[in-house]
Amino acid sequence: MPDYMLDVNGKRHFVEEVEEETPLLWVLRDALGLVGTKYGCGIAACGACTMHIDGIAARSCSFPVSAVGDQKIMTIEGLAAEGGALHPLQKAWIEKDVAQCGYCQAGQIMSAAALLAENPDPSDEEIDNALEGNYCRCGTYNRIRAAVRVAANTYNKRGGIE
Amino acid sequence: MKEIASTPKASVFEEILDEIDPIIAHGISENSSAMISPDINRRSFLKLWGAGGLGLLLVFNLSEASKAARSNTLSELNAYIRISIDGKVAIYSKNPEVGQGIKTSLPMIIAEELDADWRDVVVEQSPIDESIFGRQNAGGSRSVATNYDALRYAGAAARYMLRAAAAKIWNVPLGECSTELGHVIHAKTGRRIPYGQLGDKAATIPVPEKNKIRLKKRKNFKLLGKRITGVDNYALVTGQPLFGIDQTLPDMLYAVYEKCPAIGGCVKNANYDEVLKLPDVKHVFPLEGNGHPLELSNGVAIVATSTWAAFRAKEKLKVEWDESDASKDDWFELIEQARLLKAQPAQHTLYQTGAVEEAVSDTAKSIQAFYTHHFIAHATLEPQNCTAWYRNDRVEVWAPTQSPGRAVNNIAHTVGLDASKVVVNQTRAGGGFGRRLVNDSVCEAAAISKYINAPVKLQWSREDDMMHDFYRVGGFHAVKGSVDPDGRVTRWGDHLITFSEDGEKSVIAGVPRRPKEEFPASFIENFQLTQSLIPLKTRCGLWRAPNSNTHAWVVQSFLHELSTTAGVDHLEFLLEMIGTAERRGAQNANSLNAERAVDVIQMAALKAGWGRTLPKGRGLGLAFHFSHGGYFAEVAEVSVSETKDVKVHHVTVVGDVGPIINLSGAENQCQGSVIDGLSAMFEQEITMKQGRVEQKNFDTYSLLRISQAPSVDVHFIQSDNPPTGAGEPALTPLAPAVCNAIYSASGHRVRTLPLVKEGFNVI
Ligand code: FES
Ligand code: FES
Repeated sequence: MPDYMLDVNGKRHFVEEVEEETPLLWVLRDALGLVGTKYGCGIAACGACTMHIDGIAARSCSFPVSAVGDQKIMTIEGLAAEGGALHPLQKAWIEKDVAQCGYCQAGQIMSAAALLAENPDPSDEEIDNALEGNYCRCGTYNRIRAAVRVAANTYNKRGGIE
Repeated sequence: MKEIASTPKASVFEEILDEIDPIIAHGISENSSAMISPDINRRSFLKLWGAGGLGLLLVFNLSEASKAARSNTLSELNAYIRISIDGKVAIYSKNPEVGQGIKTSLPMIIAEELDADWRDVVVEQSPIDESIFGRQNAGGSRSVATNYDALRYAGAAARYMLRAAAAKIWNVPLGECSTELGHVIHAKTGRRIPYGQLGDKAATIPVPEKNKIRLKKRKNFKLLGKRITGVDNYALVTGQPLFGIDQTLPDMLYAVYEKCPAIGGCVKNANYDEVLKLPDVKHVFPLEGNGHPLELSNGVAIVATSTWAAFRAKEKLKVEWDESDASKDDWFELIEQARLLKAQPAQHTLYQTGAVEEAVSDTAKSIQAFYTHHFIAHATLEPQNCTAWYRNDRVEVWAPTQSPGRAVNNIAHTVGLDASKVVVNQTRAGGGFGRRLVNDSVCEAAAISKYINAPVKLQWSREDDMMHDFYRVGGFHAVKGSVDPDGRVTRWGDHLITFSEDGEKSVIAGVPRRPKEEFPASFIENFQLTQSLIPLKTRCGLWRAPNSNTHAWVVQSFLHELSTTAGVDHLEFLLEMIGTAERRGAQNANSLNAERAVDVIQMAALKAGWGRTLPKGRGLGLAFHFSHGGYFAEVAEVSVSETKDVKVHHVTVVGDVGPIINLSGAENQCQGSVIDGLSAMFEQEITMKQGRVEQKNFDTYSLLRISQAPSVDVHFIQSDNPPTGAGEPALTPLAPAVCNAIYSASGHRVRTLPLVKEGFNVI
């Protein structure tokens, strides 16, 4: 079985002997101990496992480790700036008290982060489109929309991530 | 695995229901201002511990009616407040957090009476030991209801002792010492001392008698009723390991467990050797069930060095099942049987008053209808899992469970150990909704760890989770009713066709638990609720607002059919029916108080602009329900296109659950209930064929998506009635409110759920 060198959250990780088709999700969780990325369905249907590959939101449960190459992976653990300053979305999520069980929220935030990086001033419809693939079983959608709007405002004022 | 005689399934679920049912277990007092649970009346409701440079440690009891009879020992004291020298106020939270916000709201209650600065409060999750902590579970919307008074008295007693300590230090009368944000204050001289500096001294003050403690008036609350953000929010948004699935142990292995897709099937043989040869696979072995379906069922375990290796190996596993005793349930056949039964006399009467058959007056119009609702799964977003470590004849687990206390006994029973040798650590759970009241995955993990004698994390796939749930039961109602021209319902008959495992008793949540108390039984002179039973092997369980979630749909839809038949505005119709009943003024958590019901209905109508003119194809629907001690009225605004595209634009929720503890949490619960209710009525459906559940993952069983989610505004009528939970009752009026709105918008009466069954597309 091959070994991989992965660039995750700005750090390089050596992963030994994993099958090529192993979904990135399980490499992150079981091999690297980055458990913020969640398992919900394994078939790219729920969004719980959303992380970024070269800045694009993707479903890690359906992304084989062999396809990563030297692309940069970012998970919820790497979203805050170095030194721990939270991303405007993380702050907005705390302030708007979005979470119920919280299980889906890392995926929601990662989808929203990819959206804001592309489109710092999304309309409600654009928010819905970007988050369409992220289920929230607890039904926090009203607050998710509100938190993305709050974050977008901060984002715009500051002209990007702090 | 030793064979242990099984307890009848229904009765075990009944036990769980008793545990989580706020009403049966706790007989909430009729006099709300003096709601005192029996054990708080005891003199020793609080005890002082520690002292000597460690600050103040107050240990107290969280109410458990069942424990009141026991001896007065320390084991009655099951929660604590610790005020340390640095001013931190630590509060133990004893109940599991499954997204209902209890880890935030219970400590808020203490902090309020203590006058603590919320920023100094640290919440600690307590270990699982029911001998010390009483029942530990999350369900039945009862956590707040059962602990409210105990928590308030504890906070107030600590505050009293801190004031008394300061009075001694300053040598002033106690009455001159007040408190504010974590300080005792002597207003006359402007002096103030932080609580942290008073802890040691306060620990020398005797715990006050209960009659010396005065609780705050609601209007003086500073924290309760405010929006307080969840204590775990930071950890959640930064991806910390909070959940069951996130737990790891040194040298831990990863397991999966395959059970027969037809419930009740047993392993005959499997390709064990072939699977064992796969890369990273360490063990493959069958486990015998322990005869208790809520614990360990027969199956094959695969243990590997990673989750993925175990998942992949499971795909290669070929099991030959013995299905002679397995379920052969077929949903379409069950529907056929129900159609036959509805034409026959009902098998049993559950509740009857007056004479339903003869009560038709000359002027009344009579209608009848047949309602069908579907089975649904819990589909918690975190699939079932558990991490277990069996060693030296002890076992410790880390489990995202709603009933950690019960898990101790389930595990002991499964692995054949005394309960004292079992330790359950509760983790955060990625959703509960009633699924995690059953500890099947917990027992499986413990049994697998025992077999391999190593630490292991058992992970169910989504497919396992969906196919081996304890489902919300489907059912059928043949209803008939008569209504006067002025909108008075003169008779009501409901022949409820549900399912039974033993042929005698309905499956859990198949029928109302208290038929006489169920709305509208006591509001109609001639009323009858009867049942017929169809045999079923598919496992049923408790799903958010058990039974109420389907009963409300039928009752509130058929009421709308009656008001429409009489040509009376539905709001007027409901108010007339409830408001004029003799029940006005009833004040008991079991039975509906007409005033509170009328208030929420009126306010919902007001907030939603009931009666306003809407464009063609758009309509409002109103429904009310009372369950779990909570009163909820909801108005849905819905449009229906020519091609039957349904869009729910907005839902107004008005609830009365007594005083609100955490406004942010309560509002979130209600919004979530609306989304959950929509999700459950739109497309989701569990169907069985050859005893197998046909839906396996979210590609065939979808949850509501953000673009389908309406905006939801939530309003509370706050009162001094005993507080009850907001996690369940807000769900119940949603489906009928939406169906009534669909009727108003399109003239189509929905009598089968999910909506896709009647040709609607939900956008
Ligand atoms: S786990 Fe990847 S989308 Fe559901
Ligand atoms: S908060 Fe529970 S799934 Fe979204």
